[in-house]
Parts: sequence; C-alpha cells; structure tokens
Amino acid sequence: MHLTGNPVLDVILFTLLKLVGFVFVFVMGMATVLTWVERKFSAFMQNRIGPNRANIGNIRLGGLLHMIADPIKMLTKEAFTPNTPNPWLFRLAPFMAFVPALVVFATIPFGPGDLQVAPLNVGILFIFAIGSLNVYGAVLGAWASNNKWSLMGGLRISAQMISYEVAVGLSLCGIFMIYGSVDLQQIVIGQDGTWFGIVPKWGIFAQPVAFVLYLACAIAENKRAPFDVAEAESELVAGFWTEYSSMGFALLALSEFIEVVLIGCLGATLFLGGWQIPWLVEGTGVLAGKMYLFGNLVPHLQAHAWYLVVAQVAAFLIKAIVLIWLQLTIRWTLPRFRYDQVMRLGWRIMLPTALVNLVVTGIALMFYERF
Amino acid sequence: MTTEQILFYILGGGAVAASAAMLLPPLGKSPIHSAISLIVSFFFLAGLYALLSAHLLGALQIIVYAGAVMVLFTFVIMLLNLRPDETQEPRITAGKVLAGVLAAFVVGKVVTVVGLASAGAKAVDLAQPGYENFGSTKEVGYMLYTSFLVPFELISVLLLVAAVGAVILAKKSLHYVDRPEPPPSVFDQEHAHEHMHTQSGTDHAGDTHAPHDANAHAASHH
Repeated sequence: MHLTGNPVLDVILFTLLKLVGFVFVFVMGMATVLTWVERKFSAFMQNRIGPNRANIGNIRLGGLLHMIADPIKMLTKEAFTPNTPNPWLFRLAPFMAFVPALVVFATIPFGPGDLQVAPLNVGILFIFAIGSLNVYGAVLGAWASNNKWSLMGGLRISAQMISYEVAVGLSLCGIFMIYGSVDLQQIVIGQDGTWFGIVPKWGIFAQPVAFVLYLACAIAENKRAPFDVAEAESELVAGFWTEYSSMGFALLALSEFIEVVLIGCLGATLFLGGWQIPWLVEGTGVLAGKMYLFGNLVPHLQAHAWYLVVAQVAAFLIKAIVLIWLQLTIRWTLPRFRYDQVMRLGWRIMLPTALVNLVVTGIALMFYERF
Repeated sequence: MTTEQILFYILGGGAVAASAAMLLPPLGKSPIHSAISLIVSFFFLAGLYALLSAHLLGALQIIVYAGAVMVLFTFVIMLLNLRPDETQEPRITAGKVLAGVLAAFVVGKVVTVVGLASAGAKAVDLAQPGYENFGSTKEVGYMLYTSFLVPFELISVLLLVAAVGAVILAKKSLHYVDRPEPPPSVFDQEHAHEHMHTQSGTDHAGDTHAPHDANAHAASHH
C-alpha cells in the first residue's frame, strides 16, 4: 500500500491506520455498544423493556443513545475516593485494568496478510502475558479501596484468575499442536480449506473440547456470570468495585466489555477460522510465509482484490460478534456458581479435561503423521 | 550511541531503579508497594530479553512472574493484610550476616562465570543466514526438546517435588479429607432418633438447642 511514497512513513501510517480502525473503532465501539446491548439483552431475556428512555428530541433508536448518556452521567459524577492509605493506587487501578485489555488486540489478525497491528513471533503468548496483567487492576483496586467487601472480592479474583489461567492455556495447546504455531496469523492460515469438501478446517471442528474449555475458562477469567463471584452483589455489595464511582467505575466496567470483545475475537481467530471464508475463498494464505518482511507484505495485500479483503475482514468481525452474542446469552442464562464450586470446577474438571484433551490430541497427531 | 544502546540503558536503568524502589524505604516499607515495584522491574527485564532477540523468554517472563507468581504474592499480602513495616530498627543478626555472605558468593560466582563465558565469545550478527529464527518460539522449543531435554525434564521433576513438598507442608493432616466435617445437627440420623425419643418430636422451640445438645450427646457417647 503506497500512501506517501516513503517506505518508513508508509509503515508507520499504515500501522496507525490499522490501530485506529480495528482497536479504536471496532473494539472500543463494540465495548461501548455492549454497555447498552448487555442491559437490553438482559431485558429481552427477562421479558422486560430495558433501557429505552435516552433521547435527543424524538430520536430514541430504541435506547441506543444510552451509550452516550451513560458516559456523560459518569463524567459529571463525583470521583469519590474512600478513606484509604493508598489513594494513588486506588486511582491508578482502573487504568491497570483498562490498558492491558486494549493492548492485547495488537496481535489479533483481523484480516489477511499484514492486517494485524503487530505481527509478533510469540503471537498468542503476548496475549497471555499482557492479558494476565489486568487482574492487577481489579485486585489492587480492591485492596486500595480499604473496604472488606472489596478485599473479599479481590481475594476471590486473584485465586480465580490463577486457577483458570492454567486451564485456558492448556486448552489452547491442542490448537497450537494441530496448526504448528503460536502465531495467530499462521493459525488462521492453517484453518484454510475444508475436510472432505464439507467441514471447514476450523479449530472448533478439530478441537471441540478445547473450544468449550476455552469459552468457559475465558469467561471465568473475565469474571462474568456465572463466574462473577468477585462482584457477587448478593454477598459482597459489589465486590471489588464497591468503592468505585464516576470514570473509575466506567473504566473498570469498560475493560470488562473490552475483554468480552477480546474473548470473541480470540475465539473467532483460534476456533472459527479467523478471516477465512469457507467454501467461497480458499488458498489465499499461500503467500503468507513472507509475512514478516515488510518488503513483501505490502504487495501481498495489493495482490488481493480489495473487495475480497473487505469480505474477509467482515467475516472475521461477524464471527467475533457471534461469539460475543454467545457470551451475553451465557451471561444472562446461567445463575452464579458458589465460590467453592468455581474453584472445584477449575481445578478438578477444567484442568484435568484440558490435560486429557492435550494427550489425546498428541496421540492422534502422532498417528496422523505416521500413517 | 545506537538505538539498541539507548534502549538498553533505559530498560536496564529502569530495572535497577524498580528493584531499588522495591527495597528502599518510601515504597519498600509497604509490602504491596514492594510487590508492585517488583512487577515493574519484571517488565523492564522482559524488555531487556526482547532487546536480546529472546522474545519468547520475554513473554514467558511476564506470563510466569508478573502474571502468575506475583498475583499469588499480592494474594498472600492481601490475605494476611500486612501493614507497612514500621515496627523496629533494622538489626544485624547472624542469619542476615550469613545471607549477606551467601549473596556475595553468588554475585561473585555469576560475575566470574559470565566473565569467563563472554571472554571467548564473539558477537554474532543475527541478520546472517541460520540465525533469523534466533529466540523464536519454534527455535527455543526445538532446543528444549533436543539438546536440553534432560535438564528440562529434571527441572520439571524438581518442580513436581516442590509442589508435593508444598502440599505436605501446607496440609494439617495427611489423611484425605474431602471437606471439613459438618457440625453435628438435628438432621444427623443418629441424633434425630434420640431427639424423637427425648422430646417426642413435637416441641419446635427445642430445635434451637439442638447443636448444643448434639455436642453433649457426642461427648457423652465417647
């Protein structure tokens, strides 16, 4: 893609373009819309009307304007700081939750070729590394709140995150073994084509158990219902964010929605073929071996017809949105587990299942390669 | 200075500063601030690894230390609700002197070993053929499972031993207990039987005494 003619400037501009287009427009936009969709969806599932009052004159859009009205309300509220020995930590915590949640989107390939903000060699390990950090936002925020309900919530989160991180990592190992890479773009390229001309070579068909484990563990890591014991409003007031108000609360809530989008995007990438359009478009990933060399990746994109690229990006976004919808459905269908049940599920069911899945995958791959 | 050197000084200086902040008074007095400083220094270390083309090591550094070990640290600090340490003047004890001597020995050893190793080493241009995958996930994986397989397996056995040891140390009783014994209640079969005999099963007000009765019964039974 030639924007200015200067190759270095081109790369910088193109990266910025991807960053703004994907992370700020899609991810942040999705997260903002989700603040309204979540409540409207719960109303739909519970046979209520839900938020529908925000309006500009007669324009209501079914309440969609709530996503603008809410931030305005949040911004004009008092940013309350409780009586705590660590006020600066209290104010810093929402950012510690928010920033890592956004940074991880850099490695998600949202389109073919170099349509990925940062093509890192460590790929998904980067997501694990940075993604595991946003627990600090909730934990340290809870601790700095100087409130026993918050502290209980913080303790629960840290134990829960540790427990489920192991299982989510192990559940994805089968995918790495099958597609032979931890690089997300390579995994998507590996999901090109079909088996027997019918079944797309998607991760969900190769690793159905891993998909269920991934979705459950990822929701648990995101501490949403049925795993939301950290905020458990029936026991702990509001858990780790009891003391948060104004934009501090908004950032914590928004980082949760951003993670919903992340789980959707990562699930679409690993299990639903990413930007691949099955049956219609095949073999577009052939040139991808040269992806890392900047000299080659730009012509690679040009080799694609623009409408094909647009269709593939749209395919990825639709898959991500389907998984986001699935998460909302789970969120509003299942009741909350008890805390000991959450821990028992993590260590006694999720982790052993992930290990067995890994061993079975290994044996199957060995036979597949031998014969 | 090249860009690499500038980055090295920023990252190295940051790592040292964060480590110093972990121990020295303003932040080092409070356990949670020490833990945060340690996390920050892990990040600078991960940056140094990435600068040395060891991307995988950098990512693992953050996953394992910042993402898991330090979460447990903060968990314990929160669980014990440790207060900033302002109790007493630091005193020199025999244990501390021993620890200092050992630390000096380890530092000396590291410096000598690194010095010896780097004396004969010469810089390798990573751009030349054969090195383009240096430090990548694939390359490190191959090395771990081929040339370094035995140390790798030995370390995993060591970790297993540590895990078993931790369980043994942490467990109060070595007998397998699925969950704590529930306190005796009126719903215990044996006791419900007695309850019916003694109170004819009619007086509901008697239920409030039940736990106490149950304990008394159990004690007298033994």
